[in-house]
Amino acid sequence: MNKNLAKNFASGHSACAGCAFPAIVRTILGESPDPVVISNTTGCLEVTSTLYPYTAWKTPYIHSAFENASATISGVEQAHKALSRKGKVPKKIKFVVFGGDGGTYDIGLQSLSGALERGHDFVYVVYDNGGYMNTGNQRSSATPYAANTETTPVGKESFGKVEMRKNLMEIVDAHHIKYAAQANVAYLADLKKKARKAFETEGPAFLSVFSPCTNNWKFPTSQYVAIAKLATETNFWPLFEIEDGKYKVNWATENPKPVEEFLKTQGRFKHLFSEKNKPVLDEVKKIVKDEWQRLVDKTE
Amino acid sequence: MIRSKDKKFNFEEGAVIEHDLDKAPKTGDWRYMMPKVDKEKCSGCTTCVPFCPEASIEMKKYKEGQRDKADIDYDFCKGCGVCAQVCPMKAITMEKNK
Repeated sequence: MNKNLAKNFASGHSACAGCAFPAIVRTILGESPDPVVISNTTGCLEVTSTLYPYTAWKTPYIHSAFENASATISGVEQAHKALSRKGKVPKKIKFVVFGGDGGTYDIGLQSLSGALERGHDFVYVVYDNGGYMNTGNQRSSATPYAANTETTPVGKESFGKVEMRKNLMEIVDAHHIKYAAQANVAYLADLKKKARKAFETEGPAFLSVFSPCTNNWKFPTSQYVAIAKLATETNFWPLFEIEDGKYKVNWATENPKPVEEFLKTQGRFKHLFSEKNKPVLDEVKKIVKDEWQRLVDKTE
Repeated sequence: MIRSKDKKFNFEEGAVIEHDLDKAPKTGDWRYMMPKVDKEKCSGCTTCVPFCPEASIEMKKYKEGQRDKADIDYDFCKGCGVCAQVCPMKAITMEKNK
């Protein structure tokens, strides 16, 4: 085991072979200059890292319920403030929440919004795998358009999810927080830079990280880095940051790859390549193009 | 660090679980494909290290005067093959587990 890499989050967790979030967790926590306290929503990360009687966490870690990870960390942060004023605990501690997209986009949105509005000093990290992967691939509001999931199955009459993804970054930006960024697990240098900025920010900071799911997106276990890279290269998952309401794109190319290159790597989009679903594929391409344009317009 | 053994914080017994690697399930049992590093081909670029979900790759000394080479700990390696996929030198190959 690489001791340096595993100083916060050890081996021995039971995440699927080829899962993306251990790299995200280790990279982000590795950038913290101070000791960290972690709160976690219910999700893959929670169930795989805390198998009784073992815990993969070497840092203080709290899980209370699905919807209230941000509320929990708010309380912890306030308690730390009170105790450090009395000199009972170390002065400098960073507070981090890890949530999946289900616990952030859907179930934990209300408590996240509350914590951002109250301005607690913490970093919220969402690892976005586009669904409730822990319980077997049910759709969430982060699931992309036309993806095949258990609750939006592909059949004679249906082509997968009919709604678009929720734009969480805009919701977070609407709280006027100082720093929010979208990152990707395949671009670790960029993720590190963003994590460092998030830890330096006083008050809430938000990171949304792309995290491919080998089991439910249906691709070979070895491919998560390649697929995450394609997501950015096709503009499906642009890298950008919002500092004091100002948008900045961190990675762009003159000639993005066609979105099909990203879609064809995964079983959940397999049906898009049939003759019947050609209009759906065109719609996916249009959505990706429009969203990118929307983002570019905001940077000006 | 706050520990449950500290008298100062009177935690209920069992309320706090401490990290103990000896209790960890040895996830190396899951493996059916095994990554092998060709130390001659490995350039020591460390690309594979942070991508390993199990933090199983360490850079170790191989030969005098050469850069450290990737070395895999098979106790926890689940054999996903991410290291072989990201390796720019194609120095890691997946073989059938023995």
